[in-house]
Amino acid sequence: MAPLDDKKDVPMFSDYPSQIPKIECGASLDTNTYKAYPEHNEALGFPGELIDNWQEVAIAKIGELAKKNRAFQVYLDACVKCGACTDKCHYFLGTGDPKNMPVARQDLLRSVYRRYYTFAGKYFPWLVGARDLTKEVLDEWYTYYHQCSQCRRCSVACPYGIDTAEISMAARDILDTVGVGQKYCNEIIAKLKKTGNNLGMNPKALRATLEDLEEDLEDETGIAVKIPLDVKGADVLLITPSADFFAEPHIEGLMGYAKVFHASGVSWTISSYASEAANFGMFIGSYENMREVSWRIRQAAKDLGVKRIIFGECGHAWRVGYSFLNTLAGPFDFLDQNYPIPQHILEFTLDEIEAGKLKIDKARNDEFIMTYHDSCNVARGSSMGPKEGGQFDVPRAVIKAVCNNFHEMERDTIRENTFCCGGGGGLLTDDLMDLRIKGAKPRMTALQQVTQDHGVNKMAAICAICKTQFAKVMPKYGYEMDSIMSVHQLVANAVILDGQETDEADKAAAEETP
Amino acid sequence: MISTVYAVLFYLATFLMVAGVGMKVFKYATTPVPLNIVVSPAPRTKRGVFLRMFREVIFFESLFKSNKWIWLFGYLFHWGMLIVLLRHFRYFTLNTWWWVEIISPIGKLMAFAMLAGLLGLWARRIFQERIRYISAPSDHLMLALLVGIAASGTMMSYVTGTDIINVKAYFLGLLRFQIGDMPTDPILMLHLGLVVILMIIFPISKLLHVPGVFFSPSRTMVDNARDKRRVSKWARNLPPLPEGIPAKEEA
Repeated sequence: MAPLDDKKDVPMFSDYPSQIPKIECGASLDTNTYKAYPEHNEALGFPGELIDNWQEVAIAKIGELAKKNRAFQVYLDACVKCGACTDKCHYFLGTGDPKNMPVARQDLLRSVYRRYYTFAGKYFPWLVGARDLTKEVLDEWYTYYHQCSQCRRCSVACPYGIDTAEISMAARDILDTVGVGQKYCNEIIAKLKKTGNNLGMNPKALRATLEDLEEDLEDETGIAVKIPLDVKGADVLLITPSADFFAEPHIEGLMGYAKVFHASGVSWTISSYASEAANFGMFIGSYENMREVSWRIRQAAKDLGVKRIIFGECGHAWRVGYSFLNTLAGPFDFLDQNYPIPQHILEFTLDEIEAGKLKIDKARNDEFIMTYHDSCNVARGSSMGPKEGGQFDVPRAVIKAVCNNFHEMERDTIRENTFCCGGGGGLLTDDLMDLRIKGAKPRMTALQQVTQDHGVNKMAAICAICKTQFAKVMPKYGYEMDSIMSVHQLVANAVILDGQETDEADKAAAEETP
Repeated sequence: MISTVYAVLFYLATFLMVAGVGMKVFKYATTPVPLNIVVSPAPRTKRGVFLRMFREVIFFESLFKSNKWIWLFGYLFHWGMLIVLLRHFRYFTLNTWWWVEIISPIGKLMAFAMLAGLLGLWARRIFQERIRYISAPSDHLMLALLVGIAASGTMMSYVTGTDIINVKAYFLGLLRFQIGDMPTDPILMLHLGLVVILMIIFPISKLLHVPGVFFSPSRTMVDNARDKRRVSKWARNLPPLPEGIPAKEEA
C-alpha cells in the first residue's frame, strides 16, 4: 500500500469526542474516491460506464427502490428536519462539511425524490427544496454518499429511526445502476467472485499462508495447533475476513481463534471457496450481490458437510451474518440447530471460558491497559449471546476474562452510541485517507481521554476494518500503530494450552487463576 | 356564502387528509421489508418492540437522548397540541364528554405550551446554523402555519372571544351534513382557514412523520433475524443460485 501522505492536515484533538465544528460549506467536496473501471462494474452486473439515459434510469431506480424497500420509502417521507442528527456523524464532526450532516446527506437524494415523486416537489420545487437530477447532482451523490460509512449512529439519534445507511446504500445502488461504481468496492467484489476472498488470494496461497501461521503457533507454544483448510466433515466452518490471513493485528486474532478451537477440542476448518467474511455487497446496497456473496458460505458449508458456522472478528460481516444471512442464504436446516446460525467466535469463546475449558493466565496481558471500541455494525446492526445487548456485553466479558486492566471510554462514544472508526462502509481505501483521518477524530479524542485519565495504552476491536483503519490513522494521533488489538489477540496471549511450554512463573500464575 | 365555502373546504380537507394519509399508510404497510434492519438497542420480543415504540411515541425517547433542546420544545409543542386538540372535542359533541370537561381547563393553558414549543423550534431553525442549513422554505412555513393556528385560537380563548355557541352549532351541523351559519369574526375565519390548509397538506408534507414512525423498520422490527427468515416477494423471484460448489472454481 502507498505510504501515508504526511502533509495531509491532521485535525487536532478536541476537548470532547463529539465537539461540534462550525459548518464549512464544501470542506470535503474535493474528497473523492476513485471510480471503478468498466470491468469492475460489469463483473457485478452493472453497466461499465455512465449510460446515455442515466437520468431516466436513475429516476426510475428511485421509484423501484421505494417499492421494494419500506425503509427507503418511509425515510424519504418522514424526516421533519428537526436537526437532532446534525451533530452525530463522525465525518461531519471531523470535516465540518454540512453535507456530511446525516439529514443533509439524505436530502441530496430526498430532494430528487421529491422533484419526481411528490406533489409538492413536482409543482412547488422551490418551496420544499426539490431539485432536478442533473450531472452536478449525480457527482454530488458520488462524493457524499462515499463519505458515509453506513455506521447508523444517526439512526439511533433520530426520533423516527431514519437510517442514513439505507439512503446511502440506495444511492450507491442507483449510481451503480447507471454505471458509476466505486473502484474500491466493486473491484473487491469482482475479486471475491473469482477467488472467494477480497484479496484475490487463491487456495494455494491461502494454504501456504495458513501453514506459516501454524509454524508460528508451534514455535510459540511447542504444540501443533492447526489452522485447517477445506477439511470435509469438520464440525465448524470458520468464516473470517481475509485480512485475518495477512494483516496486523488481525493475524493475532486468527491465531487466537485457532488456540481456542484447539483447547476446546472442536474440529474446525476454513473454506477456500468462502474465505471471506466481509460482504461488500452491503456497502454498495446491492441485494443481489450481497446475496451472491452470502451464498458462497452456504455452498461451502454444504460442500464441507459442517454442522456449524462461526464468524470471525469482522464488523460488517457480522451484521450480514447475524441479521441477513438466514434471509439471503437460508434456510440452514442442514446445520446443527442446537447452536445459533451463524455463531460469532466471541460467543463460542465466552461459552468455552464460562465452561472452564480454557486455562487462562490474565497476568500475561498485564502490560496492557485496555479499552474497547464497539465496532459500529456489530453495535448497531447485530447482537450476540442469549441476552439483549449481547453485542456489547459478550466482547467485554471476554476481554475482562483475559485482562486485568480495562477502562471504558465516554458513554456517548461506546455501545449503541459508538463512533465508526472512520473507515467503514467501503471507505477503507487510500484515496480517502484524508477523510479517514478526519473521521477517526471523535474516537481518537475519546481514546485520548482514557489515556489521560487511566493510562490506557491499547484499544481492542472486533472488526477487520476497524483494525486496519486504526493501525493506519493512530500514528497520526500520536499512538503507535500496534495500539489497536484484536480481542482474540488478548485471548491468544492469555490462553495456556495443555502441554504448552511456559516458564515457571507463568505456570505458577496459571494455577492461581481458576 | 362564507358558511358554505368553509363547509365545502372542511369536507374537502377531511376527504383529502383521510384519503391521502390512508393511501400512504397502505403504501407503507404493503411495501416489503427485505432485510431485518432493526437498530440498537433492539428488543428481541414483540413485547419489547411495543414498549420501545410506546417510549418513542409517548416520551420521544430517542430525541431525549440525542438533543435535549429539540426534545424540550418538541415535547411542549406535541403534548400541548394533543391536549388542545382533545379539548376541541367539546365543539363536536352535543353533550361534552366527561373527560373532555376535565381536561378543558388544562387544555386552555396548554395552548401556551404549544406556542412556546413552536417558537422555540422556530428560533432554533433560525439561529442554530446547522438547522438553518437544512431548512427549506416549507419548514418555516409549516411552523408559521402552526403558530398561526395556535395564536389565533389563543386569541379567541383569552382576548377577543368568539361566538362559540354558534361555532359549535355550525360544526355539529356539518357532522350531520347540514350547513348552518358560521360566525364570521375574522380571527375565527383565519383559525379555521389555517386548519383547513394544515389538513390538506398533511399527506403531502413532512407531517407524514406521524404515520411514518409506526412503519420505521429500524424501530419497529424484532431482533430475531437468526431465527426468522424474511424473504420478500420480489426477492423470491431472483434467479436461483447453485447448491454445492461448481468444479471449475478450483482452477
